[in-house]
This record gives sequence, C-alpha cells and structure tokens, in this order.
Amino acid sequence: MSEFSEKDVQRSVTELETKSASAARLFDVRRIIGLLFVVYGVIVTLCGIAPSDGSLDKSENVNINLWTGLAMLALGLFFLIWLKLRPTAPPPPPTGMEEQNPLGH
Amino acid sequence: MPPTLLAAELRLPANWLDYCLLAIYFLFVLGVGFLARKSVKTSLDFFLSGRSLPAWVTGLAFISANLGATEVLGMAANSAQYGVYTVHWYWIGAIPAMVFLGLVMMPFYYGSKVRSVPEFLLLRFDKSAHLLSSVLFAFAAILIAGVNLYSLAIVVEALLGWPEWVAIVVAGFFVLAYITIGGLSSAIYNEVLQFFVILAALIPITVLGLKRVGGWDGLTDSLTAQKGGDFVTAWGGTGIGSDNPLGANWLTIVLGLGFVLSFGYWTTNFAEVQRALSAKNLSAAQRTPLIAAFPKIFIVFLVMIPGLVAAVLVPKIGQASSGLEYNDAIPYLMGQLLPNGVLGIAITGLVAAFMAGMAANVSSFNTVFTTDIWAKYVKRGQEDAYYLRFGRLITVLGVLASMGTAFLASTFSNIMSYLQTLFSFFNVPMFVVFIIGMFWKRASMVSGFWGLLAGTVSAMVNYFVIYKQGVIDIPSDQGANFVSAIVGFVAGAVVMVAVSLFTKPKPIEELQGLVYGTKSPGMSEPPAEGDDAWYRKPALLGWSAIILAAACYIPFSF
Repeated sequence: MSEFSEKDVQRSVTELETKSASAARLFDVRRIIGLLFVVYGVIVTLCGIAPSDGSLDKSENVNINLWTGLAMLALGLFFLIWLKLRPTAPPPPPTGMEEQNPLGH
Repeated sequence: MPPTLLAAELRLPANWLDYCLLAIYFLFVLGVGFLARKSVKTSLDFFLSGRSLPAWVTGLAFISANLGATEVLGMAANSAQYGVYTVHWYWIGAIPAMVFLGLVMMPFYYGSKVRSVPEFLLLRFDKSAHLLSSVLFAFAAILIAGVNLYSLAIVVEALLGWPEWVAIVVAGFFVLAYITIGGLSSAIYNEVLQFFVILAALIPITVLGLKRVGGWDGLTDSLTAQKGGDFVTAWGGTGIGSDNPLGANWLTIVLGLGFVLSFGYWTTNFAEVQRALSAKNLSAAQRTPLIAAFPKIFIVFLVMIPGLVAAVLVPKIGQASSGLEYNDAIPYLMGQLLPNGVLGIAITGLVAAFMAGMAANVSSFNTVFTTDIWAKYVKRGQEDAYYLRFGRLITVLGVLASMGTAFLASTFSNIMSYLQTLFSFFNVPMFVVFIIGMFWKRASMVSGFWGLLAGTVSAMVNYFVIYKQGVIDIPSDQGANFVSAIVGFVAGAVVMVAVSLFTKPKPIEELQGLVYGTKSPGMSEPPAEGDDAWYRKPALLGWSAIILAAACYIPFSF
C-alpha cells in the first residue's frame, strides 16, 4: 500500500518548485486592481458630478455616485502608489535553485 | 416610517452605463488570464501558482473563494429570516476554525508539500481513504459550481431580463477561459479583484439601506416592534428548551455550527485550503487564513444589515403575498436605492461573486482530478508537461460538466438541493479524520477510510431519515443541520478509534511531518527576511482575530 510515501511527494514538488515560473514571471496584481479601480472611480465620480433629482431621491439624498466614485478612485490610487513605493521584488536568480531550497534534501 | 410600496418585479433599471461597467470587468477578468499565462510552465504553476504568492493575495483570495454570491445572498436571506443570529456564522462559525487552520494545521499541510487535501490523507492513511475523498470532492465541486451557475442565471434573469441559458453560457465561458489559460494564479488574482468589487457593491447598499430605515436605532426599533426583541440579539432565546426561529440552542450552535460544521468547512475544504497552499512560504501559508479572518469579522455587517433592512421595508418578505423571497433581499435593495452608476458596480459585484464561487470550485476540482485521481490511479509516471496539458483539458471538461449541471438544476431543482445537502455532510467526517489523524499517532492506516464512511453515512441517516421522517422533532432545517453534523462527528470518531485499536498503525517513520509532535524538513523552515516582523507573527494575528470576534459579540449579547 505504501507505493506513495511522503518522500515521493516531497521530491516531486521540490523538483517542480525549482522549475516553476510563477515567482519569476507572474505579474503583480496590484497593477490590475489599481487600474480597474481608477477606471471605475473616474466613471462613477463623473456620474456623481451632476446628479439628476431622480437619482438623488432614490439614494436618500446622498450623492452616492460621487462618494463611491471617489472612494474607488482612492483605492485604485492606493494600490498604484503602493506598487510604486514597493515594486515587485526581483525574481531570484534562475541558477540559484540550490540556495532556494537548502532544506529540500 | 411607511413601508415602501412593493415591487413584485425585481427588474433593475440598468442602462448603457451600468452595462459598460460590467463589460469593463469582463475585459479585466480575461486580461488577468492572458497576463498570467506566461507564468504557467509546470503543473505546479497551473495547480498551485508554483507556491509563490504573497500572504495578502492568498488571504484575500481565501476570503473571496467563500464570498461567492450564494453566500452573500444566502446570508442576507438568513438575516431577513432569522435576524442577528446570522453573526454566529461568522464570529463563532468561521473565525475559530480559520485561526486553527492557520496556527495548528497549516504547518502539516504546507510543510508536507502536499498539493491537495486528499493527498494529505494518502500520506497519513491509505489509498482507500484517499480515493474516497478525492472522488467525493470532485463530484461535490462540479455540483457546487453548477449550482452557482444556476443561481447566477436565476438572478440575472430576474434583474436584467437575460434568458437563463445566456447567463449560464456567458459566465461559464469566462470562467473556462481564464482558468484554462492562466491556471490558479489567474483564479486567485480574479478573486482578489472580486473581493474589492463586492465590497464596492455592498457598502453603498448597507449605508443607504440604514439611512432609509432611520439608522441602526431605527432598524432595531422597527424589528423589535415587528418580530420581538430576540430578533436583534445574538443569543436571545437560545437557551436549551426555549423556542427560537433558528431551531437551535446555544449548545448546538457552539458545537454543531461553531465546532463541527465550520471546522469541517474551513480546514478541510480544498477549495479554501488550496489558496493557502499556493502561498510562497510557510509563514505566508499560515497567515493566509489569519489575514482572511479580519475582513470576515466585519463582512457580516455588509450582508446582515441589508437583510434586516429588507425585513423592515418588506415585512412580509419570504411569504408568497409579498412576491419576494428571502434571497431577493439584496437585489431588491439594489433596485430601490442605487442610481445608475453605482448600480452597475453592484451588478458587477454580484456577477463577479457568482463567477468567483464557481471558479474556486473549478480550480480545486481540476487539481484533485489531475493530481489525485488521474496521476495516481489512471496514468502514473508521465512527464510533467503531460499533466499540465491534462489539467487544462479537465478544466474545460469540468466547466462543461458544471454548465450541464446548471441546466439540469433548472429542470430538477429539488434533486439539486437534495444532492447539495448530501455532499455538505462530507466535510464533517473529513474533519474528524484529519483531527484524529493529526493528533493521534496510533490512528491506523485503514481507520481513515472507515471513519470517513461512518461519519458521512450517520450524518446523512440522521438528516434524511431521523429528521426528515420526523423521528425526532427539530424545528428547522438549519437546526437539523447542526445536530446531524454533531452526530456525524461523534460516529466518525468512535469508528476511527475502534478500528484503530484492532488494526496495525502506520510505521512511525512514515508519519514524520504528518502527526503532531513530529517534524518534517519543510516545517523547520526559518521565517524569510521581513516575515519575522511582530505584525507578521501568526500567533499574534490569530489570537487578535479571536479576541476581536469575541468582542464583537458583546454589543449583541445583552
């Protein structure tokens, strides 16, 4: 029954980790969140700049488009600024697989 | 305050602008898939993001995988029906389990380098436990993905007037595309996006809803007048023997929901655990559920308040005469309160939540089917590129199967809800087997399989025979759920211990890193640079979450 042991899993996953490309090539999600929310923020804020009476009545006299728009814009800018201040860590050197996995064996 | 006139029709006045916002979201979703594509080189990249993601990303994905639309609409419905009792699903029914996963179980999961929850069972027990859990998980994942898709179709039909099949095909196609192309990284990144979009949808609804009913005080006053004081407390009427709409007392809430059901869901459901396994190191994996715990504590307000507001605005919600079901609480408020613009964001948030609920299941299904079923029992020892190709193929097939399930559900919705309840009982014995397997070296190789089987069967028998046939009297399905979970837990534990005493244990050298008190190389990993900062210490994060959740109970307890 013990054809698979912990060692098999450890070995194959450790081996795959050294070949994996995610750490080196995966883009930073902060850029996408920042972009989406800046776009959303601008569009929705524009809706809120000249609200119709009908839409204000509906939303309890709160200019909800303006406030939500500004909040989303702020969130988007937060992610872009965070990315600017602390950019993606450079990928570990590809030849350094021994150093990356000092415990793998 | 006069009750608002009822609109039996839920159709939203969406205009071109709202559709534009939705279209932009779909573009981003696909964009994430294409951008993630070049990072997928090995099967580990495809199934576990190469174990390389930072903790805040996996943490938000962990919460998003749970924050599907069935959860959002369902918990709002729960609040409209049962009131403030909903907080139990969060503060006692999630936080302790998430903290336990992060602090106690994650070193075994992550340190043993398993790629899935069933794979851990294979190492700790034997092939029969592994195969049983893999196959059941695969079926359940497709079923839940299909149910998500079907619920999406119903909601979109009601809100936007699209025919059901259009919604099923469009949403199914987008999920298929971005997971097949970008793998788990793409699923996780989209979950992080979805987290923020759903917040942007729920916060305006909550704020405006509260304003409509006269703030929190106006809300509780109306509800107390209408439904009685217990409706706005967490524990009122939950004494043993006393009557409450939830049909549960404090003991079944604490043991059934808080311990058995929630630990089963949060610690052994691979759709959740997978997010943590994709973290870049042990510290990040431990912090994944702990980071998720903090938003989880507060999200309850964003689903509960809309539900309570709907109960005030439509006092007869849930009864046929109102034309609104409990599940319609949030869609109803969207139509009542949100002007075009924010309305588009809310529609996007809802659609995003449905897609994320489906995607979490598809991306865990393809992993279990490929690494646990195909690579271990059907085609062993192939090169890695083969399993990567197979993973993509099975993703396509899995999405097609869940689309088929969604179409089936539209014809046989009773059977579907029956099946869903059926599978829900599977997490309970999984948790028994894990907890005993992790803490008791003596638990034998075959005991895992028998514990799983006995626990599942007895929970089902309790629910479908003893409760449904009226042998014992439990006032509601929720209450019966809690009791069945406790029964399943106890039966699974008793059988496991009994079987272990008569069968041979697994040799101790094969248990290294799998059982409490043993070590594996992966577990002694020192914290990476920066991870030793005090605010990144798992113990501090975990205990803070517990204390915060307990403190949240105080204003709702007296």
